[in-house]
Amino acid sequence: MAIEARNVTKRFGDFVALEDVSVEVASGSLTALLGPSGSGKSTLLRVIAGLETPDAGEVFISGSEATALAPQKRGVGFVFQHYAPFKHMTVWENVAFGLKIRHRPKAEVRARVDQLLELVQLAGLGRRYPAQLSGGQRQRMALARALAPEPEVLLLDEPFGALDARVRKELRSWLLRLHDEMHVTTIFVTHDQEEALELSDSIVVMNKGRVEQTAPPRELYDEPANAFVMSFVGPVNRLGDAWVRPHDVELGHEPNGSTQEAQVERIVRLGFETRIELVRDDGERLHAQLTRDEADELELQPGDIVYVRTRRETTFIT
Amino acid sequence: MIARYSIRVTSLAYLVVILVAPVTLIFWRAFEHGWHPFWAAISSPFAVFALKLTLEIALVAVPLNTIFGVLCALAIVRHRIPGMGFVNAIVDLPMALSPVVVGLSLYLLYGRDGWFGGWLSDHGVKVLFAYPSMLLATTFVSLPFVVREVVPVLREIGTEQEEAAATLGSPAFTTFRRITLPAIRWAVAYGVVLTMARSLGEFGAVAMVGGNIAGQTQTLTLYVQASYDNGTQTGAYAASVLLAALAILTLGLMTMVKPREEAHGDRGA
Repeated sequence: MAIEARNVTKRFGDFVALEDVSVEVASGSLTALLGPSGSGKSTLLRVIAGLETPDAGEVFISGSEATALAPQKRGVGFVFQHYAPFKHMTVWENVAFGLKIRHRPKAEVRARVDQLLELVQLAGLGRRYPAQLSGGQRQRMALARALAPEPEVLLLDEPFGALDARVRKELRSWLLRLHDEMHVTTIFVTHDQEEALELSDSIVVMNKGRVEQTAPPRELYDEPANAFVMSFVGPVNRLGDAWVRPHDVELGHEPNGSTQEAQVERIVRLGFETRIELVRDDGERLHAQLTRDEADELELQPGDIVYVRTRRETTFIT
Repeated sequence: MIARYSIRVTSLAYLVVILVAPVTLIFWRAFEHGWHPFWAAISSPFAVFALKLTLEIALVAVPLNTIFGVLCALAIVRHRIPGMGFVNAIVDLPMALSPVVVGLSLYLLYGRDGWFGGWLSDHGVKVLFAYPSMLLATTFVSLPFVVREVVPVLREIGTEQEEAAATLGSPAFTTFRRITLPAIRWAVAYGVVLTMARSLGEFGAVAMVGGNIAGQTQTLTLYVQASYDNGTQTGAYAASVLLAALAILTLGLMTMVKPREEAHGDRGA
């Protein structure tokens, strides 16, 4: 295990940010800490980095105990949500900082910084100041700066949170390629389930300071441990005690044994996907996710009566 | 249009009446009879002594208040030590308190019957009517400026840059020197200018604890008053010009280095 948190608890006054949290992160993996705001995911990241001291529990980095170790000595690279650029330094100086304070030889610093700027596609912008960069560029600068001292672990706090949708998409696939090249154990915090599903090998779902489930993306989606994970990871319909994914809802024009009657309320076309919003005869609302072709074949109009069948339902014992 | 012009005219007129006219008048009076009387006045032994003493006090008080001002600001903003709210409140006291009260309190401490006075004079240390008390008084009155300038800037820059430096392996002092200090340097510089101006200009407290003895405990401000009272007005004008020149020099030094900063555009978030 590259990183392990054991029974970590952290309080801020009366607020319990982390309660008995245990997480294991495999060496070389890309792990997401996923949860709504206030779930404790950023606090856990900061505890791992040594920026917060836990009230109870232990942290292990590369097998050795690091709970009381200063952040300087953990060999951890951290990228802050708002990148925390050193504003009075150029891009080049920002990236070189971690090397210069280690008194690495000048030639080595120069070679490494140039190589990193190349890697994060900022070659040629080294003499600019952070204020002269776009959000995406600043983010990549922060990444290069964190990678410069060759950390064993890279921690990213909401790495794409402050960027617009298009830049986000670009950076996501770029980060995946970077991780494949560098093989540095990476943990990132996100509240965006799509981001977690797309990027990570393993997802830790957190809620109210606790870990709800830790699993690879597919398992998390197909076999959620509880109602919270089911509803937080991926879209979902709740029908009484059962939970149904919208793509597990089938629609037809004819009733057939197990089907239920519903009225089409709204049809939303999202490119390839079409979302049909329905009201069942018992008043429950749900929506179905169809491909465009499936939807076109049904020739639905708002107000039409359709017959609903669910392919797969999940129930949780509470 | 008219509103905009009237604002300009009013503010300019105000500045002229309150600020420009009196200062210009001093300069005009000092050089009224040419360069020679001015030079004679400021090169008199008492004037030279007063200038030297003023600088000797300021050049100790300013570094002291700069170092402790930055430390105080760091303690107030960065470390949640109990009681720091109280410190934050009393730092402003010298601004509100009349310098005469400061002088009196130093009497109470260092006078013959004061808390420390007896012990110190037994050991041959003279505080009142000597350099130490004048330095104490000046340091007291010029204490708040660096703290007041640095605290809001420290609050604004937050802790993220310092935390980033820490995760990059930077020891605490290196982080202070290479991250925190550059970020607050203009606040420090401005605080230093204000501290300097206050130190050069201090009158009441220094007069009280020093005794205003020419050639011994007479600073430039006291020299101005003494000369004017003695009827040697040229001396008073000349010394005033010197005080004004020192103030302008300090301001000038700051504005000289400042524009480089703005070229980086690294003020915003």
